[in-house]
Amino acid sequence: MAGDIYRKPVSFALMAAVTVLVGSIVTMAYPMFRAEMHEKLEKLRAFTPLELAGRDVYQREGCMGCHTQTVRPLRSEVLRYGDYSKAGEFYFDRPFLWGSKRTGPDLAREGGKRPDAWHARHYADPQAVTPRSNMPRYAFLAQARLDPSEARAHYRVLASLSPKGQWTATDADFAALSQKTEMDALIAYTQWLGHAVQRRQAAGGVDLALANPLGDSPRAVARGAKVFEENCAVCHGAEGHGETQIAPNLMDDTFLGVKGDMPDGAYFALVTGGSDAKAALGRPGLPDGGMTAFGGQLSNDDIWAVISWIRAQQAHERKEAPALEQTEHLPGGKH
Amino acid sequence: MNEYRYDNQTVQGFILSAIFWGVVGIVIGLLISIQLWAPAANLAPWLTYGRLRPVHTNGLAFGLGVGAIFGLFYYIVMRLCRRPLVFPRLARLHLWLFNAIIAAAAVSLLAGKTQSLEYAELEWPLDVAIVVIWVMFAVNVFATVIKRKEEQMYVSLWYVLATVVAVAILYVVNNASVPAGLWKSYHAYAGVNSANVQWWYGHNAVGFIFTTPILAMFYYFLPKTTGLPIYSHRLSIVSFWSLIFAYLWTGAHHLVYTPLPDWIQTLAIVFTLFLIAPSWGSVVNGYYTVGADWSKMRTNYLTKFFVLGITFYGLQTVQGPTQALRVVSQLIHFTDWVPGHVHMGTMGWVTMTICASIYYVIPRIHGTEIYSEKIANAHFWLVLVGQLLFSITMWITGIQQGALWKVQNADGSLKYSFMDGLVKNYPYWHTRTLAGIVFAVGMLLFVYNVLKTIQKGKALQASPPSPAPAAA
Repeated sequence: MAGDIYRKPVSFALMAAVTVLVGSIVTMAYPMFRAEMHEKLEKLRAFTPLELAGRDVYQREGCMGCHTQTVRPLRSEVLRYGDYSKAGEFYFDRPFLWGSKRTGPDLAREGGKRPDAWHARHYADPQAVTPRSNMPRYAFLAQARLDPSEARAHYRVLASLSPKGQWTATDADFAALSQKTEMDALIAYTQWLGHAVQRRQAAGGVDLALANPLGDSPRAVARGAKVFEENCAVCHGAEGHGETQIAPNLMDDTFLGVKGDMPDGAYFALVTGGSDAKAALGRPGLPDGGMTAFGGQLSNDDIWAVISWIRAQQAHERKEAPALEQTEHLPGGKH
Repeated sequence: MNEYRYDNQTVQGFILSAIFWGVVGIVIGLLISIQLWAPAANLAPWLTYGRLRPVHTNGLAFGLGVGAIFGLFYYIVMRLCRRPLVFPRLARLHLWLFNAIIAAAAVSLLAGKTQSLEYAELEWPLDVAIVVIWVMFAVNVFATVIKRKEEQMYVSLWYVLATVVAVAILYVVNNASVPAGLWKSYHAYAGVNSANVQWWYGHNAVGFIFTTPILAMFYYFLPKTTGLPIYSHRLSIVSFWSLIFAYLWTGAHHLVYTPLPDWIQTLAIVFTLFLIAPSWGSVVNGYYTVGADWSKMRTNYLTKFFVLGITFYGLQTVQGPTQALRVVSQLIHFTDWVPGHVHMGTMGWVTMTICASIYYVIPRIHGTEIYSEKIANAHFWLVLVGQLLFSITMWITGIQQGALWKVQNADGSLKYSFMDGLVKNYPYWHTRTLAGIVFAVGMLLFVYNVLKTIQKGKALQASPPSPAPAAA
């Protein structure tokens, strides 16, 4: 190496620049010209003005400091969250919001998993929904009205960076924002996440003839009670009576919004496959209801145990005298 | 007007600014560590974890880190060039603008104005201002080096020049964005491309803020402190060029198992492994330098700061490449292991070396001795214990988290819910706060010691027999 370079600062700086540019060009600049860096999934659609406003809130509050948006192609992650992340899902993301730390769960597959009302409650007071959560409260978002003109300015900039026809909001869409809060926007964005990817399917589809292998054994009921408390009570209530707009009552004689119960196989399909099983079961459920797919997350035995508990609880409630039932549910009465 | 030959006022101004922002950053770090286990400590909307975390990282990386780099680089450059800065008043303006920018950065981040790019959170008006002060800095450094009175450029100057050039390239490319308002912009790159540019930048912010400038300090202040010459000039040449060559290939090791094309990930992993060599080139050089006379560890209180600093650099640059391996990444990525890794580098290597350099510089520019070696020793042990407790705790909890996320039942379903895993972090997060307090107490002793030394220096100046000019 020419020793002269250590006496000539300008040549030295140029040589240093060239040295750092080699790797930069190969790994950062050159890939920009490759199609694999600009893929777009067919089902992926741009944000609506409301969803974009929600994404702005997500950025402003630093949600990516605790939540990732990348499901890695690892068995445990696909089980927990859903299909692994694809390059073509992020076509509209400027910047990407993958995050680098998972203090809270990954959100890439959060869309459609839970109803809006659940998110509203959870964002306002996470500990009310998940007692030992460490997430801050974002109740103030429900008081903050959106500014349509600001939303329009942001939307137009992003739209100008994509080919024409991908961002399709109308003036009416922006005007409608004045009736919405930042909370509405954040929820809309949350529900947008992962929309372009097929959600988890019920394993093995719907088989109404399936019988509960655990039956009504006391052990299964006791185990089911525990699993229910840990996973289901958040939405369906401690006793399975449901929550308005969040999750249906499991103890009455309607099933997914239609009078008349269904066999155990239907329960199993719904718990395993989540909301996607509704269509196969031919029942609507709550309009924007989002039943989480627990297949893979909970073992089949745990799911059957929950069904055992639900059946036992239903039988218990039917046996209770209607008078007692009424005193239990007096307005304002806690039980 | 200036009683010193060199512009020491600006140097000291930067050092005191760095210390101030360092204290702010550490206090915020303590607060967010508490918020992780006490959500009620979040005071929405301004003081939530989500908004405070970037204030912590930016405050320490740019307030403490870059502030110290500016001050100590000016100090080093003047001495290695054996002349004052060519533009001393530009340097003074640089100092004031620097503080204005960091203050504005803190407020804007608290207000939620962010680009959501790690270590590049600041919105575009501040990015423009940062480019302006970086150019001011570069002009002064280059002009002074070009007009130097010492023919040969010493190793530290190589690292100074490489830092100035590389940071400029990195910062401008990654902060390219399209403004959508005064305090809002969207990244010029989308999706996987955005991720790739960001982590090319993000990892090289580590390379050119937390590595090359700190090596410049190490190569200058270690021989100055101990009186021992650097062990091998050839080793420093090889290390330098291979380090700055390899670093730029490695950013995608932050994106292992993401949708980024596999070939970019693999290339990054390979170069990350290679980086062990040049990193350890400097480690070996440091060890052999002190190895010429290990008694310096006892006789000179600053030697241990540098030796432990370079030791943590050595550990950091083995742990980092290990983490890049897919088999390790899949377990520890996204867990608390990563903050454990980062804090070994920042608390153990960067802060240790910066503090030692400041301990060296402040008495020199005041023609006095350090106020108290005892306090400096207490500072050393407290930050060492605090950092080890922090990092080791986070490594343990990180492995536990990563493992709990994976455990499956016999039928292939997951054994633990996300909350099951989170709840088990709480004891470790409590310990981390304790570790942070220990570290913070150590740093407060450092601040006290520095301020008392300055006071002592001023008292000396005021007293009738004027001290001899500081020998550099």
